[in-house]
Amino acid sequence: MSSYSIQSQNLSKLFGRRLIFKDINFSWEEKGIFGISGPNGSGKSTLVKIVAGLIAASSGKIIHKNSDGEIIPEKLHNHIGFVSPYLVLYEEFSAWENLKIFAKIRGVSFDAEKVLFYLAQFLLENRKDDLVKTYSSGMKQRLKFVFALMHSPDVLIFDEPTSNLDEEGKKVVYKIILEEGKNRIVVVASNEQKDLELCNDVLLLEKFK
Amino acid sequence: MIAKSYALFKKDFSSELRTRYAINSLAMFIIVAISVILFSIGNETINESLTGGLFWVVIFFTAMSGLARAFVSEEERGTTLTLQLIASPSTVFSGKLIFNLILVFCMNFVIALLYSALFEKFVVQNFTLFLLTFILGNIGLAVASTIIAAIIAKAGAKGTLYPVLSFPILLPLILTCVQLTLFSFDGTSFEEAQFEVAIVVGYDVIMFTASYMLFDFIWKD
Amino acid sequence: MIWKIFLFLLLVFVSIAGIAFPIVEKPSAWYEFPFIPGLEENAKIIFFHVPTAWLTVIAFLMSTVFSFRYLKSKNLDEDAKAYASAQLGMIFCILATVTGAVWAKFAWGQFWSWDPRQTSIFAILLIYGALFALRSSIESEDKRATLSAVYSLIAFVTVPFFIFVMPRIMKGLHPGSADDANSGPVVDFQMNSSMQLIFFLSLIGFTILYLWMWRVGYRSIIIRDKLNKQQIIPTSSGQRG
Repeated sequence: MSSYSIQSQNLSKLFGRRLIFKDINFSWEEKGIFGISGPNGSGKSTLVKIVAGLIAASSGKIIHKNSDGEIIPEKLHNHIGFVSPYLVLYEEFSAWENLKIFAKIRGVSFDAEKVLFYLAQFLLENRKDDLVKTYSSGMKQRLKFVFALMHSPDVLIFDEPTSNLDEEGKKVVYKIILEEGKNRIVVVASNEQKDLELCNDVLLLEKFK
Repeated sequence: MIAKSYALFKKDFSSELRTRYAINSLAMFIIVAISVILFSIGNETINESLTGGLFWVVIFFTAMSGLARAFVSEEERGTTLTLQLIASPSTVFSGKLIFNLILVFCMNFVIALLYSALFEKFVVQNFTLFLLTFILGNIGLAVASTIIAAIIAKAGAKGTLYPVLSFPILLPLILTCVQLTLFSFDGTSFEEAQFEVAIVVGYDVIMFTASYMLFDFIWKD
Repeated sequence: MIWKIFLFLLLVFVSIAGIAFPIVEKPSAWYEFPFIPGLEENAKIIFFHVPTAWLTVIAFLMSTVFSFRYLKSKNLDEDAKAYASAQLGMIFCILATVTGAVWAKFAWGQFWSWDPRQTSIFAILLIYGALFALRSSIESEDKRATLSAVYSLIAFVTVPFFIFVMPRIMKGLHPGSADDANSGPVVDFQMNSSMQLIFFLSLIGFTILYLWMWRVGYRSIIIRDKLNKQQIIPTSSGQRG
């Protein structure tokens, strides 16, 4: 198991001239479940995107490191599994096709067994050949987890992981979070009490007027 | 790296086969554009220069009709984020460029065919020169159109903005290609047309390099 | 303050000299200009047309440089500087096109003949127009700055084609294009010394005017932005800005 760490130094973000957050510092190493919480508008989703390498910070640094050293932003995407409410998959393809395509574009091999395993975990294996267009919002949310897990990333980042899910779906998600948290870094951004209860450590953001 | 870009292209291609957008809308657009010109001309025969110029006019507007989709469809559906999670910016740019290149070649092939069938003065004497112009011009068109498509996909008023932004950038290419097309009608030799060919090659290379380097800034929010 | 007065006097002198000083065949007084072959009496517009065209290019260059700096630093002040240059560039471009067209009417018989240089200045006008259209369609400041910076850089890449390549290969009416035996009165310095003096004074005067307007322009953009946001890093008591 390679040692992976994410460290931030004085992370700040501005949109235009408007300050979202400043001087965020954390150090997450190897494994564990780390939470990010705060009122609406405090920049949770923004911070999560910065951690995932999707947007750049305005100042400060965020460093992803594995046993080979620092990982540059261009190569970050294959180390990360990401779930969020605004993530959208391709509706004109089936779930199975979507996942195959993603593996090809990532440039990793498509591990059919593992994908089937996760589809089963998330109760989607019967519907794997149906177009995503036909999925309910709960099913789409669950499929996003399969998307996040299939390439065995070093880091899992979940923004509002239980949105759109019924009790059963939530149970599966919590189970996965706890299990994965034993082996890798799992980041959970949420305001749900139950989500945050799973975390070893919670970063609280405040809102700037 | 090419394999990943190719995989992205295949995704777009498969998606295209399912929705059949290009085949329907773009094909109709080409037919409509050429019909409009034919109707406006009436029974007159237009001379060579005009024919050559109008050829590239239709090419330009067809490109404006079809090449933005590569990026705009991702933005509109919200799948830009998905692509950001699975591919590096260079993979995305290459993949979309491959798609637009294929699209441009197909569209322009049809346009050229229709023109040679419907316009009297569309007679090519130096075929090699025409082919060279066709290939090099299409490459330049695809590259410039792709980077501008990436820009407008992130802006508002995408449809009208696309030709407005693209035209000044494409102008040197179009002017030179029109010139070269007329040369190929006249039967001018390759040696005499060398300078113009060099301009198009230069344009292709410079545009590709600039686009490749600048794409990262457009793509990352 | 003093330099502004000096600038004012300079431009007044240049304007009077440019318009009023007569062009005669055999200049006797210092304020009389001789003919320039090919231009005859139309030469006076050179004092105004060339500086505006020159400033269009300078403004474009500056806009590109600051766009590049913005992409590196993501500092919105650089975007303000780029935008201020672009605004002025547009104005000078319009002036250059119009003075050029007026000159064309007298020298070549028609206002517009798609001469390569005319086409080029028109293309630059289109680029500016496109840039402003792009900017007005984006709400988010960061995005607006980034996308217009990228577009400026791409447009800049095409400009050498217009300025250097096209006029050399396409036949044109402009002094200095492929047809003309001389490379034009500016490059060849066929003006006599008093014309040269007025010409360079005009060039310098307009350039200083441009730089002054640019400076006022970008600073007012920055101040306006800051006022709009009213965002100041909050103090511990949570004061409103």
